[in-house]
Amino acid sequence: MTMKTIAIIGAGPAGMEASGSLARLGYHVVLIEKEATVGGHLKNLFQLFPDRRPGKEILTHLVQTIKHPGIQIKVNSEVSEVQKLDNSFALKINEETMNADAVLVTTGFDLYDATEKEEYGYGIYPNVITSADLEQMFHNGKVVTEEGKTPKRVAFIHCVGSRDEKAGNNYCSKVCCVTAVKQAIEIKELLPETEVFCYYMDIRMFGPYYEELYREAQEKWGVMFIRGKLSEASQNMDGSILMKAEDTLAGKPLRMNTDLMVLMAGMVPSASSKKVAQQFKMEEGQNRFFKSADNHYRYNESQQMGVFIAGACVAPMNITDTIANARAAAVKIDEYLKN
Amino acid sequence: MWGFNITKTRAIDFDKNNREPMMEILRLEPSIRVCIACGACTATCTSGNLTPFNIRQLNVFMQRGEYQELKKEMHKCMLCGKCTLVCPRGVNLRHLILKTREVLLNEEPLFAQN
Repeated sequence: MTMKTIAIIGAGPAGMEASGSLARLGYHVVLIEKEATVGGHLKNLFQLFPDRRPGKEILTHLVQTIKHPGIQIKVNSEVSEVQKLDNSFALKINEETMNADAVLVTTGFDLYDATEKEEYGYGIYPNVITSADLEQMFHNGKVVTEEGKTPKRVAFIHCVGSRDEKAGNNYCSKVCCVTAVKQAIEIKELLPETEVFCYYMDIRMFGPYYEELYREAQEKWGVMFIRGKLSEASQNMDGSILMKAEDTLAGKPLRMNTDLMVLMAGMVPSASSKKVAQQFKMEEGQNRFFKSADNHYRYNESQQMGVFIAGACVAPMNITDTIANARAAAVKIDEYLKN
Repeated sequence: MWGFNITKTRAIDFDKNNREPMMEILRLEPSIRVCIACGACTATCTSGNLTPFNIRQLNVFMQRGEYQELKKEMHKCMLCGKCTLVCPRGVNLRHLILKTREVLLNEEPLFAQN
């Protein structure tokens, strides 16, 4: 029997973990990444919730996982053409053609473009940043305003581009609530004198020890939570930001100034997912993420025979679930190729 | 009448509010920080069932530095402590109310401070 080949598109956490699992099962894996390095969004994460583990630690582990003789890594590479054969796919990558017995799509997500919510002023007011920008500041070990000052107040705005009909996204991006709580604590650790506020619609702490982290933020760090969606923001003369929202628990409108405003940008299906969906004629769900063959029993199978899906290209997902999901997909691919 | 009255804003102007009393109340009873505004306290409250006294909302006002309503309403609590019994987050509401009265209404402490 000749060794079967699996093409994995996207070398983020899902693609990397699945590569390792499939290689250990004895398959030949070709891991395709459009960027110059593997790791996807994980490269940008300073610390992970809820245990505040450095993102780098997980990345190092995953890099170790894909160091396997059965895995061929192709960076700076994209699938340009797809041809469906009887029981396999012919893929054109960088002018070379390869044959894949199965394809795993792990094209992940893109961050919601926060400039679309113009009323929040991202890209207009320098002291309005996104959670990704703040993560970068944590990497650099310094959180300062545009003017180079230590912020006396930081406000997090939940659900930017999520649960928002006007943004075209009715779904919840799931991980932003706990990310805001994590980042709020990181701000307090770095700058104990800084006041931190979170503006939320609902606090959705879906994972183990997330609720505990939320409680810690309130109890130990004094982070204040205000239930109300920001309606608009404007810039003051000194560069600080005036926020307007309803404090729905008080039943009154509320005005507050902040030195730094952090938008919790949600997850949207990646541009690569869109491209791959066309190439493989895959179906999208109502939320535009990939549609599973069955939400319970065939979660990692697309509607297309031989094409599998895993990670945040299926739905907004955290690192823990992405890794578990990638392994689940590996088992499904193994079953498919054996039968 | 038009031209004679200016309607006062209902909005909470957080930065203009005096937050000293709030900080003092939070220091005396920090457990209110973990409130998730579920409203169990208000639902069980005898005063709240008979009058507009809403302890859940009053504590939100307190944390925003809005004391007008609190000053008007706080005497309605009969200190039965049912709110404290039902709270899922373990907020000591009864003690919080006592301390809020001390700070805002200058009531004498019921017990000597340690």
